[in-house]
Amino acid sequence: MPDTPLETKKITAAKKMRELMTHYYIDALSASQNNKQVAWITSGGPVEPLLAMDIIPVYPENHGAMIGAAKMGENLCEKAENMGYSSDLCAYARADIACSVFKGGPLGGLPKPDMLICCNNICGTVLKWYEVQARFYNVPLFILDTPVCHTGYTAEIARYVQAQVDEYIAFLETLTKRKFNRDKMARIGKLSIDAQRLWQKVLNTTAHKPSPMSAFDAFFFLALIVTLRGTQIAVDFYTDLLAEMEERIKNNISSIPNERYRLLWDNLPIWYQLKWMSGKFSEHHACLVADTYTSAWCGTLDYIDEHHYLDSMAQAYTRIYLNIGVDQMADQVIDMVRWYAADGLVMHSNRSCKPYSFGQMDIMRIVREKTNIPVLMIEADMVDPGNFSQSQVETRIDAFMEIVKHRGHGYDVCRH
Amino acid sequence: MMYAGIDIGSNTAKAAVIKDGQLLGTQVIPTGYNPVTAGIKVFDLLLEKTAQVKTEIAAIVATGYGRASVEFADKAMTEIICHATGAYFMNPTIRGIIDVGGQDSKAILLDTSGRVENFAMNDKCAAGTGRFLEVMANTLEVTLDQLGNFSRRADTPSKISSICTVFAESEVISMIANQQRRENIIAGLHESAAARVAILANKINIREPVMMTGGVAKNSGMVTALENRLGFELLVGELAQENGAIGAAVLASNLSNK
Repeated sequence: MPDTPLETKKITAAKKMRELMTHYYIDALSASQNNKQVAWITSGGPVEPLLAMDIIPVYPENHGAMIGAAKMGENLCEKAENMGYSSDLCAYARADIACSVFKGGPLGGLPKPDMLICCNNICGTVLKWYEVQARFYNVPLFILDTPVCHTGYTAEIARYVQAQVDEYIAFLETLTKRKFNRDKMARIGKLSIDAQRLWQKVLNTTAHKPSPMSAFDAFFFLALIVTLRGTQIAVDFYTDLLAEMEERIKNNISSIPNERYRLLWDNLPIWYQLKWMSGKFSEHHACLVADTYTSAWCGTLDYIDEHHYLDSMAQAYTRIYLNIGVDQMADQVIDMVRWYAADGLVMHSNRSCKPYSFGQMDIMRIVREKTNIPVLMIEADMVDPGNFSQSQVETRIDAFMEIVKHRGHGYDVCRH
Repeated sequence: MMYAGIDIGSNTAKAAVIKDGQLLGTQVIPTGYNPVTAGIKVFDLLLEKTAQVKTEIAAIVATGYGRASVEFADKAMTEIICHATGAYFMNPTIRGIIDVGGQDSKAILLDTSGRVENFAMNDKCAAGTGRFLEVMANTLEVTLDQLGNFSRRADTPSKISSICTVFAESEVISMIANQQRRENIIAGLHESAAARVAILANKINIREPVMMTGGVAKNSGMVTALENRLGFELLVGELAQENGAIGAAVLASNLSNK
């Protein structure tokens, strides 16, 4: 181990990012005063047509992550349970439903929606969750049904989803009483692609040893690609972030001091334990260099046709990580293990997120067989701390790191 | 050179001391309310028992849930590596370990050099841990030490269907109300707990020979139920409960040999 730790310093883009997110939420909260419409949309939903129609998209899931990180999840989940919702229901859904009724959370509730856009490519819970909200706010709901692509994208799936994209446009034209502008759509599609490419490049920088940022940083910087993709703001921000990462690499600035082990994370983060977790891994000189979650917002670039955004969008949104077969998911994880030279995989079995957690045992087995790296499973929840036990998770992480260290995969930065 | 290991569990605190690669002695006391005091006390008692002085101990490794509370230890390590090292020290042919303690149960897979290849632990639920049996022993008014003898006298073990400790306790209470034999209820509880533990062993494809360690290994009823469930024999040493502390002592010796 080197005696003098390499330099670590905070990522300066974080400040800019907070400002942009604040502006975004102020715009959304004051939409009705500015005669703008607000649509609530699922995190994996096709947002670009909304921007083309000058509708402000708002993401209850991004809000859910904010609630989790602000440690407000326990109270809101409990409120939802008092309303009769089961504790087995996704904590984002519970928190969002409670927020609507009680105006709680870090923002005092999201702006009232004029419409709801629900795409089930990320989970099935969103269907009932958005139905509940559509009744509560008494607004129209559009459902985009994306069948799971167990083995591939069939002609039937393509026709089925494409037909719904046409309905989606018609739905927006009816609600805005405006004609859909295809030229504007093409411009926004291009901006969305540019932002996704930049985000992928940012994530790629962590293949460098030592990694200039960690998955914990990615969980934070993710907010913009979720909420503002399709805007120049996102493109500009990720251009700067990428430059900062490249600068850090050039100056050998690492995310954690003395990085010796590189780990991959699977599933959503445990939002209310980010600080403790990153400290815990850092104590072991382990950096979570990448994750399957943040890369979901740039994982389907191959399916997008830059010149025919609207037509290719259907495929891209249908084939995201959570909507494909377990074998394909495992292949993606293995690719990441190799690309980022990971010494181990940490999987979060997330009580809230069933589609993400289902299949993890198989992925774990496949990854072990094909890469021979140690894999750890942590049982927790992304927002509800009632499903997290710190001392148990700590023992598992410590024991896992003992195995990683014994395997001798770790490297000494001095030698590289 | 002498080395010590201290294992502060949720229920008992254990200590072991080794000298020149030989086990000198071990000590077990209840952890009680204060893990810091328990660590000091168990170590003092061990030194007294083995007639050794503190200054002669070259290094100490602490383990168990209270591992961070042992301020005089040179290093804290997890129970997983300590149990693996302890079992390998006692018997180098061991390839699998089933450790059932107060609040955790785990299955560990060893490679031929005694290193941890893989492990599985119970989830947050207390099913299949010592705590589960402790709750039930209280309800049935027997001591933990008596559980094994009671279950040996069972003729038809009761069927406990709830996995949850709290629900299983309600089930047991209704069985008591129905005047089911205590022996049968206890045997049923062992089968229920063994089923949970066997899942962990199967998860990692455990390999024989398998040693059972941890306080629950002293319960012959639980050992038999597990053996029946797994379909092979478990090796249970006299010092199963102290195994983690022994492993910690061995690791302490590796620490200063480096």
